Amino acid sequence: MKEIKLSVSAIENGTVIDHIPAQNLFKVISILGLESSDKLITFGTNMESKKLGKKAIIKIADKFFEREEINRIAVVAPHAKLNVIKDYKVVEKQVVEVPDRIEGIVKCVNPKCITNFEELKTKFNVIDKQNVALKCHYCEKITDQEHMVYL
Amino acid sequence: MKNKSLVAIDDLSKEEIIKILDLAEGFEKNPIQNILGKTVVASLFFEPSTRTRLSFESAISRLGGRVIGFSEAANTSLAKGESFKDTILTIANYSDLIVMRHPIEGTARYASEVSPVPIINAGDGANQHPTQTLLDLFSIRKTQGTLENLNIFLVGDLKYGRTVHSLLIAMSQFGASFTFVSPQELQMPKEYKMFLDNLGLKYTEQIELNENLDKADIIYMTRVQRERFSDPLEYEKVKNVYVLRNSMLENTRPNMRILHPLPRVNEIHIDVDPNPKAYYFPQALNGVYTRMAIMASILGFK
Repeated sequence: MKEIKLSVSAIENGTVIDHIPAQNLFKVISILGLESSDKLITFGTNMESKKLGKKAIIKIADKFFEREEINRIAVVAPHAKLNVIKDYKVVEKQVVEVPDRIEGIVKCVNPKCITNFEELKTKFNVIDKQNVALKCHYCEKITDQEHMVYL
Repeated sequence: MKNKSLVAIDDLSKEEIIKILDLAEGFEKNPIQNILGKTVVASLFFEPSTRTRLSFESAISRLGGRVIGFSEAANTSLAKGESFKDTILTIANYSDLIVMRHPIEGTARYASEVSPVPIINAGDGANQHPTQTLLDLFSIRKTQGTLENLNIFLVGDLKYGRTVHSLLIAMSQFGASFTFVSPQELQMPKEYKMFLDNLGLKYTEQIELNENLDKADIIYMTRVQRERFSDPLEYEKVKNVYVLRNSMLENTRPNMRILHPLPRVNEIHIDVDPNPKAYYFPQALNGVYTRMAIMASILGFK
């Protein structure tokens, strides 16, 4: 048992993404494109968290993220924290920053919005960083977290 | 404003709004000005709107410009499956300015990003219709002598009515206070109330139309639109609730004027029409002057 636990929890080099809301784990996986990654990936979900209730965690071996890549998960995991691991040690901690503008990633909730008809990238202004609410640059309707559909 | 698109009312600063209204006043005094010369304006109405389209085309004619375009999308290559972007890029080759109305929201913003010529939004679905707002502002300033510190009553469909939302945003720059008169189902959305709260501007809400009308400087009537309701029963329930009658106007202020973006169905009884406080038909005429001002300014002739 001990051995199994070790192989899950420790990575030599890579990134640990912690404090993901449990219900959004698979959205994070999808946004970061981990489904098609060939790296060693382990994840745990429905872990107890004082802040989030239930949280999830992802560990990706031999993978380091660019700031832009990380901020892509802001809409689903605004409080996520990343630990960069080198040689079994945490060498850097990163937090997700909710950007002022979001392009792509999220679909506009308004069925009458041009972005749902024409080949063009969605664009939003973030009007609420805490609860993540997005105002469409085109139709000006607001997409809140509850209604977010990911592209 | 030269070469700038006009997509949303909040694209304009207070100063730019005032400049357009001043220009419109000049066109009102002298409505035939042959300044556009050989300029070609494309008038693209992807959904029918007789009033707005004719108002624009009248404005172009009075400025001496030429109009090309269509009044419904059925005759266009869009019906053959062309993308909206391709349509805009093609027509931009044939014209110096594009005026467009489209049922899909955000089309005007998108057009303004891909088109090499400026775009004027003549309505994109339930989203924006900035030239209507400018002509409303022109009408308010003309009848009240000022835009500052007025008490505006907004009546009817305040939930979906884009004209009332845009008017609220624009008038908030001039310190207006508001009274919202609507049925429960069609109340002013929370985001607009929060917008006013943040600016420290006052508003009240009431269900009854025939209350407090003596406090109004402007009564802005809107139609409860059948097409906004998914349930026709809901429409039948509210459509006859808000009818303004001449008898209600007895104690209103002498400066008070009634505005309406038109078309009216039954929300203003025809017995109001002869009352000098009825201003909706002159308001429609003001639309021509205002659109002349907007186009002359964007094309760089004023």
